[in-house]
Amino acid sequence: MAYTEEELKKELETKEYEYGFYTDIESDTFPNGLNEEVVIAISKKKEEPEWMTEWRLEAFRIWKEMEEPEWANVTYDKPDFQAISYYSAPNKKPKYDSLDEVDPELLDTFKRLGISLDEQKKLAGVAVDIVMDSVSVATTFKKTLGEKGIIFCSISEAIREHPELVRKHLGTVVPQKDNFYAALNSAVFSDGSFCYIPKGVRCPMELSTYFRINQAGTGQFERTLVVADEGSYVSYLEGCTAPSRDENQLHAAVVELIALDDAEIKYSTVQNWFPGNKEGKGGVFNFVTKRGICEKNAKISWTQVETGSAVTWKYPSCILKGDNSIGEFYSIAVTNNFQQADTGTKMIHLGKNTRSTIISKGISAGKSQNSYRGLVQVGSRAANARNFSQCDSLLMGNECGAHTFPYIEAKNSTAQIEHEATTSKIGEDQIFYCNQRGIDTEKAIALIVNGFSKEVLNKLPMEFAVEAQKLLEISLEGSVG
Amino acid sequence: MDLKEKLVSSFLAFENNVDVDNPVHDIRTAAIKNFEAKGFPSKKEEAWKYTSLNSLQKIDFSIFPKMESNLEFKDVKKYFLNEIDTYKIVFVDGVYSSFLSETTHEGVDVCLMSSALNKPTYKAVIDVYFNKIACKDDSLTSLNTAFSKEGAYIYIPKNKIPKKPIEIIHFATGSEAAALLQPRNLIIAEENAELQIIERHQSLTTNEVLTNAVTEIYAAKNAIVDYYKIQNDAHSSSLIDNTYIDQKDASHVKVHTFSFGGKLTRNNLNFYQNGERIESTMKGVTIIEGKQLVDHHTLVHHIEPNCESHQDYKGIYDENATGVFNGKIIVEKLAQKTNAFQQNNNILVSDKASINTKPQLEIFADDVKCSHGCTIGQLDKDALFYLQSRGIPKKEARALLMYAFANNVLESVRIPELKTRINKIIANKLGVNLGFDL
Repeated sequence: MAYTEEELKKELETKEYEYGFYTDIESDTFPNGLNEEVVIAISKKKEEPEWMTEWRLEAFRIWKEMEEPEWANVTYDKPDFQAISYYSAPNKKPKYDSLDEVDPELLDTFKRLGISLDEQKKLAGVAVDIVMDSVSVATTFKKTLGEKGIIFCSISEAIREHPELVRKHLGTVVPQKDNFYAALNSAVFSDGSFCYIPKGVRCPMELSTYFRINQAGTGQFERTLVVADEGSYVSYLEGCTAPSRDENQLHAAVVELIALDDAEIKYSTVQNWFPGNKEGKGGVFNFVTKRGICEKNAKISWTQVETGSAVTWKYPSCILKGDNSIGEFYSIAVTNNFQQADTGTKMIHLGKNTRSTIISKGISAGKSQNSYRGLVQVGSRAANARNFSQCDSLLMGNECGAHTFPYIEAKNSTAQIEHEATTSKIGEDQIFYCNQRGIDTEKAIALIVNGFSKEVLNKLPMEFAVEAQKLLEISLEGSVG
Repeated sequence: MDLKEKLVSSFLAFENNVDVDNPVHDIRTAAIKNFEAKGFPSKKEEAWKYTSLNSLQKIDFSIFPKMESNLEFKDVKKYFLNEIDTYKIVFVDGVYSSFLSETTHEGVDVCLMSSALNKPTYKAVIDVYFNKIACKDDSLTSLNTAFSKEGAYIYIPKNKIPKKPIEIIHFATGSEAAALLQPRNLIIAEENAELQIIERHQSLTTNEVLTNAVTEIYAAKNAIVDYYKIQNDAHSSSLIDNTYIDQKDASHVKVHTFSFGGKLTRNNLNFYQNGERIESTMKGVTIIEGKQLVDHHTLVHHIEPNCESHQDYKGIYDENATGVFNGKIIVEKLAQKTNAFQQNNNILVSDKASINTKPQLEIFADDVKCSHGCTIGQLDKDALFYLQSRGIPKKEARALLMYAFANNVLESVRIPELKTRINKIIANKLGVNLGFDL
């Protein structure tokens, strides 16, 4: 069968969201709306100490004064923040010791998603902290981690059990007043993950959290805090899928990474929330603030595969505060139909001899808009700062758009910054070359798209690479082999 | 009274001074309304993020130029390109100086905006071209439009090529403590026409001068326009230059901008490609120091298929200088087979200098080749060492390397005498004397 780009395009357009289903689990849901009482109630529900409640209230007060940002290259109907329920937890709530006790319906959901817990536990060696809506219901491998002194739990648990650690680090990288959505998240975050790696410990396994948005009309506000103490190493995975819904769902997460001296954090994300149907109806709004801070000789590496969400607004950033610290950002963003993505990174060079690398690949198909927005900033004291950025865009069809907005600000004469960007389509000569060597057009497109994204896919941990490929397949069915 | 209020209230007086029945009266009135509504751009606007006009607005500029002042040719001779014969359109404090100029009506029109606006013979052309491509939304362009009265008017009919290049020079004599000049140029090249223009703004004193210029260029089918902007003004003068270029099928417009002087220089260079097989070229060299600021904003709007655009901007920043580059390429859905190339290289010589660059692409067509590259770095230490080891003093070695860095841009200057002149300016700027021409 001759497979042409037109057919691929058609297939892309008609491809429905495979993971769109809705599990009916009784939920303990708050009425819609947001005010100080709701914030206090969330805090109470979580059995939080007083300082935490105060912290949330402070964030709420800041949020009330703020306006929704308009600068991103996306258009959407603004969510009505009073029409959202800010807390929803699966109802049958006792903590489970084994998977047998978990609500069978919930387990079924995971099975259909292909992330069978027990299988993953055994085969992949991944400790999974599952967030179904907002409360973590299963945490595995805790004991193995415990032996090394690693803390990996839900953030509400961490607030209760390790208040000193949380209090010291929460909001230090993304302060409450950072931006509109970060302030909102700080006020109402329902759950998330907390991870602490003690001095000199190399985390023996990839830490992983699967997020799911489940309850209708519930915004999901996770808060993730990863602290890597001096000389430690951790690789953290985050992946998401969401059921089909008609109204837009809001997702405003905050992720904070703290890499102390000589520490290394590798943070990988696969995001595949419901992107809306092919008329552009529904889909998740994904407004995420992710930022990490590097102390001396530390390294933070962000890898992301963005295939889902109707609107994405996400800039994983690195503050290279310590001397000799390293920041990396590898991203593939795929948009199809009416999806809009405005994503990129910020590399703030403050310390001496800091280095950063940005590799961003955008693939747009259908009527989607894909933007790269990045900032490379070199402070006046950041001697010998080095940055390399590359953003490539691949366009499929002439109704989509690709945009790049790279900001580069240098204030030091020893800085070396390079930026390059290209935009192109799959070359007819490339396909012809493959055809000539007996590779049919379908395979050729697969090869080319795969090759295009390879630089980033290679950076994903083994366990995740397979899933990432799978998600690329859903978004660009038939092209990725 | 702040500058905006002063300008708005001066408008009536200005209108009374010129002819109210003039056909452009409505255009001016609409423009001042837009300026009144928008005011001067602030740093909150994305396009003015890195360049502040606040300090300029505090200066009490006089808006209406005095009568023609006496300027001896020998005093200003060095600002002309003397090695070759040129047409000259010279303004002193915004007023046309017939004494210093050399205009023509033989086959081509190289004359004045004021006569084009007022004489009925030009009405047809003015109706078609005046204020058509200039952005009606932009507040500073509107401000210029509202007070548009004088400037260069160049009309090259079909298949004509003027005998010599055209120099447009604006002198400021400092007869006022602070002067605001708003020249308005209109340049039309009809089918197969070809012309070369050299533009220069020059202040002769240390008094404040702010120039807010608007130039509209129309290049019809197969026309070739070469435009050279030399910005080597005194450190007390500021320039906001808005250039709008409309190109038709297979035309080729090149704009070279050489920014060496001035306190604040802002170049808004806008290309609109309304046809096929068009080529647009933008090149620039910026070498500044002290507290100078040079801000290049370019826009290339690819509207139809099979067109090309090339951009190459080089900058060298010393002391406390600030450089800004913002290049925007828009490729419309229809503009398939577009080839757009953009390059911005910068060298920071001092730790206090800074550079902000933002090369932007907005692409809506799939069969295109668009790329941009941008670098910030230093002079190659090894190369410097190599030159020194061969007996070239450090200062000269550095200058040599900077020449080499800027050479790409200089190479495409098609008037050899102009190239030599620019080389001299660069050598002066770097404080060296190199015994060769690049």
